[in-house]
Amino acid sequence: MASIWRYLLAGLGLAALLAGILAIVYLTAPQSAPGTDVSRSKKTANGLFVASFQPERGVIKQGELQSWLLTLKTVKGDPVEGAAISVSGGMPQHNHGLPTSPQATDYLGEGRYRIEGLKFTMSGVWQLRFAISAAAGSDTVVFNVVL
Amino acid sequence: MSRLSRLLALVAVLLVAGCGKPDFSDAEKKTIASLALNALPVLKPDTTNRFADVPAAAALGSTLFFDQGMSHDGNVSCSTCHKIDRQFQDDLPQAVGVGRTNRRSMPLAGVARNPWFFWDGRRDSLWAQALTPLENPLEQAGNRAAFAHYIQKRFGERYERIFGPLPDLSTVPANASPLGNEAEQAAWKAMTAAQMDDVNRVFSNIGKAIAAFERSIEPAQTRFDRFAIDLASGAKPKADDAFSPEEMLGLKLFIGKANCVTCHNGPRFTDNSFHNTGVPPVKDLPLDRGRFDAVAQVEADPFNCFGAFRDGDAGACGELRFMVKDAPELMRAYKTPSLRGAATRPPYMHAGQFSSLEEVVAHYSAAPAAVEGTSEVHPLQLSDRERAALVAFLKTLSE
Repeated sequence: MASIWRYLLAGLGLAALLAGILAIVYLTAPQSAPGTDVSRSKKTANGLFVASFQPERGVIKQGELQSWLLTLKTVKGDPVEGAAISVSGGMPQHNHGLPTSPQATDYLGEGRYRIEGLKFTMSGVWQLRFAISAAAGSDTVVFNVVL
Repeated sequence: MSRLSRLLALVAVLLVAGCGKPDFSDAEKKTIASLALNALPVLKPDTTNRFADVPAAAALGSTLFFDQGMSHDGNVSCSTCHKIDRQFQDDLPQAVGVGRTNRRSMPLAGVARNPWFFWDGRRDSLWAQALTPLENPLEQAGNRAAFAHYIQKRFGERYERIFGPLPDLSTVPANASPLGNEAEQAAWKAMTAAQMDDVNRVFSNIGKAIAAFERSIEPAQTRFDRFAIDLASGAKPKADDAFSPEEMLGLKLFIGKANCVTCHNGPRFTDNSFHNTGVPPVKDLPLDRGRFDAVAQVEADPFNCFGAFRDGDAGACGELRFMVKDAPELMRAYKTPSLRGAATRPPYMHAGQFSSLEEVVAHYSAAPAAVEGTSEVHPLQLSDRERAALVAFLKTLSE
């Protein structure tokens, strides 16, 4: 009898071990950082503008050059025209900047600016920082893009 | 059999059974599917080279690729370093043409899909790349005026059927190039602008023909790809395609804890980008700063996408237009190489620094600091078993 109990105990131990291994494997699997703000529309840091940021063709493709639209409105909702925009960013988790130098290349009217030359070369959290300068003043905004 | 040994046998059986099952999460399955060869999109047209998909151009390009007459000493062709039966590379730590270079020859499978060429990306199109070794004194050591004359003499009729009439080269010096030796540079400077343009046009068409040929060199299906297709469809893998527990662990590490897939992503296992991973320099080779110095070179190349020899419109020049020009991470950054076929083509890294995959994996596990710039790699502390599993998985990309 004693030996059966021993086997049962050993079996339970092994099951626990396997569960532990699986748990480790799952916990170490890549996952997007929880709590990352992925909103595509927000107020700029000092509240001067409301910025929204969308891929021009709706989808994000990894590894391909693509353009996005940055739409700038005043808090009252009026389009911001004639803004000077510079783009920077990178992947904070990997300590590197963007693989390309995106630029605002065109003003499309109604506060919409085309940001060309974006490329997301790997999965993870990408940070895009816009420095915006317009008649109302200068402000910055950061968007997170998770692939 | 004692109870203890029976118990140990039971442990072994359960562990093997546990590891043998492909317990992949949905996220892992998605990543594995993204690496499989069937995820490779159709090769896009190259609008900067209007001969890219012209069969006669590819045929001439293939002739030129293997022609040792395309070198100063008559002994070196593209295929000297890009050997057709060796994945279009040469198994040497540093390529040897007319002289010994400071970089490892790169294999060519899927090369037409690159946005940047060479380890440091100092060229921005396949055809501009093909021109560079022709004039490098350590590779084919020729000069563009001599190449134009050679094409007229050896392949004049074939050339004209593809590219149209050859220019009048009768007054062009036998040897001249802006990149050649002193005499060649002097001869180049003495030429008229129209002569320079004529020679550059023939020279660029040589590159376009070679590129048209190279577009046909594509990666082949491997045991990993068959495994990935079976995993995605839920089919039971055929005996030879099934992964061993060790290969399975290697794949899990590759896409998980070991972070390899961060840069080695997509069906070609590369992000087509440049990274400093702390690979040490080779003693006695000239200073090599990788991408940091390549930026100015590609900008200065008259055959780059902004230059006069590009076909099509400048809309194809996005990579050059939005290139990162000055960032600290360009220092000693090198292109992420594809891992397809890597197991059967040591040595590794941009100057053949490591002689085995075991050494490569050990390097990434230890992640030593870079001699210059900052390595993007963080130490992993992989066990012996984990490192061996990664190597076992990488071998499935060569079978």
